[in-house]
Amino acid sequence: MEDLSVEISCKRILNHVDLAVPNGEVHVLLGPNGSGKTSLIQTILGFSNCKVISGKIWFDGVDITNMPINERVKLGIGIAFQNPPAIRGVKLGHVVRSFLEGKDRATDIRLARAVNFPIKFLDRDLNLGFSGGEIKRSEILQVLAQRPKFAVLDEPDSGVDVENLEVIGKAINNFLEGRSGLIVTHLGHILNYVKTDVAHVLIGGTIACSGKSTKVLSQILKEGYKWCERCLKEKRVEECKEKKRKR
Amino acid sequence: MQGKKEKALKAREKPATLGPDLDISGFTRDVKPWRYSSIHSLPMDITKQSLNVGIRPDEKGRAGTYFQIDHSTVFRATRKMFEGKAEVMSTEEAFEKYDWMDDYWWKVVAVDADKYTALAEMEWDKGYFIRALEGQKITLPLQACLFISKDNLNQNVHNVIIAEPNSEMQIITGCTIHPNVTRGLHVGISEFFVKEGATLTFTMIHNWAQNFDVRPRTGALIEDGATFANNYVCLKPVKSLQMYPVAYCKGTNSRARFNSILYGAENSYLDVGSKVVLQGAGSRGEVIARAIASDNSKIYARGLLIGEHEDSKAHLECRGLLLSDSSLIHAIPELIAKVEGAELSHEAAVGKIAEDQIQYLMARGFSESEAESLIVRGFMDVSIFDLPSQLQEEIKKMVDITTVRVL
Repeated sequence: MEDLSVEISCKRILNHVDLAVPNGEVHVLLGPNGSGKTSLIQTILGFSNCKVISGKIWFDGVDITNMPINERVKLGIGIAFQNPPAIRGVKLGHVVRSFLEGKDRATDIRLARAVNFPIKFLDRDLNLGFSGGEIKRSEILQVLAQRPKFAVLDEPDSGVDVENLEVIGKAINNFLEGRSGLIVTHLGHILNYVKTDVAHVLIGGTIACSGKSTKVLSQILKEGYKWCERCLKEKRVEECKEKKRKR
Repeated sequence: MQGKKEKALKAREKPATLGPDLDISGFTRDVKPWRYSSIHSLPMDITKQSLNVGIRPDEKGRAGTYFQIDHSTVFRATRKMFEGKAEVMSTEEAFEKYDWMDDYWWKVVAVDADKYTALAEMEWDKGYFIRALEGQKITLPLQACLFISKDNLNQNVHNVIIAEPNSEMQIITGCTIHPNVTRGLHVGISEFFVKEGATLTFTMIHNWAQNFDVRPRTGALIEDGATFANNYVCLKPVKSLQMYPVAYCKGTNSRARFNSILYGAENSYLDVGSKVVLQGAGSRGEVIARAIASDNSKIYARGLLIGEHEDSKAHLECRGLLLSDSSLIHAIPELIAKVEGAELSHEAAVGKIAEDQIQYLMARGFSESEAESLIVRGFMDVSIFDLPSQLQEEIKKMVDITTVRVL
């Protein structure tokens, strides 16, 4: 993401965001409620409500800024949503199998087991009457079936009980081996199971800081996002000074 | 019979309470009779059309057949293995055969309800009589086709369906027209009697034309421990269709269930409802409707549950999907509880395809049109109707053909 600014309903949500996830790395996106994390993900996917005002989005050397959602997905972007809509009559299994074309029936059973789902779950309508934990597992299951090069996981740990957190965490960690990923998390529980490289903190639509994920996370857990806000202020002061100096 | 004629005469100008009022004199009654033949010797153009409404000319997987073209019965028979278990004939023949037919004639539909019931009494064009004998389980569906081959014809059928005590039966009725027919009026009176412990699954499939008018009038009486399931499918354009079938759950532990799938295309005007009157102790009712409106169609999806017994319970669910800005869906669910303890509920939802659903499926790799098609097909998912599996497959196929055609 290069100097990306985005508006939703004429309101600026992301401000000059620069963020790069190199091949084979897994990054974490942290930030308080309402900081723009989900909007950033929707922008990566190309949701129509997220209007790109400036900047570009690149994937594997291809400019995808104005590409339809499904073409981005075909290039190898996968997503596990935080709050997916319920769709009546469309079966979870239909979506899972659409990714598994040519593979035998045993594959979806194996995948369902990986996220601790009974096989009959595949016959249920998408997200209809799913519990919070079931939604998370269903989303992860769909990403596992898709096998994208780059997986975006929006809050995969919220609303998941302790036992399933371990199941999901391990499934994600295995899956991300050798792939790239961006994990959005609020509290970082999932990071106990998933190895990550870099963490970015998004505050008020701006990347406040980026650094080694263990270090950033431990600071935030200790001091909260205030620490990042301070950082952001200092960063802005630095930028002002820099501009003045240039003049 | 005399009293009925007089009542009909008085009601002959009485407009229906719902739907556009029709000028009956604009249709012709003049048509050549068809000769009785075998179903296998019917012209191809007729059998091909009947297949689209679930009527199999080869009778494969069917227990018996009634086939009427215009005002003539052209074929009716029960297949050998079901002889002595089920009866299929025209209502005219039934009057000749049974002296008790009057006990089932204009009993759950009022002859003077409106000008269409009156018309069916004054200008009666047969219709079918189907009866499952006591204790018989008819394992395959019986089929009945009401066909119109002449343009601008008026056809008024009056059907009587009796499920004798502890019998089980499924009926598929297909009403359709010759491809050369563009206008006309079909009036269909259907009276159902589901007796003690019997189960009747009735499925009606309509396939009309853009200038065709249709006025079915249906009533059902459900006795102790009996179950009546009524499925209605209308996927093709029609000028105006208005019906509001009613099931009286009179018996103890009687059950009625109405499922309907409506697809409004072109300039169709569909006013379709289902009524359940809960009169018996432990009576239960369920009404499920799915309506899709495209092009310039208008759909009025009605439902009425009336609780007259303190131990009665019913639910009504209506979902509508708009596929164009010039279409309209008006859902009108109504609940009337007359006694304390009657438990009635409804849910209705009408709207366009939600953008977030499309984007979600696109994020799973489907194109925008594939996503829409999946959502529409899912919306018309017939598995929620709890149909016998073979019937479910047949209806699913019809729905799939429609959605593939329109999307």
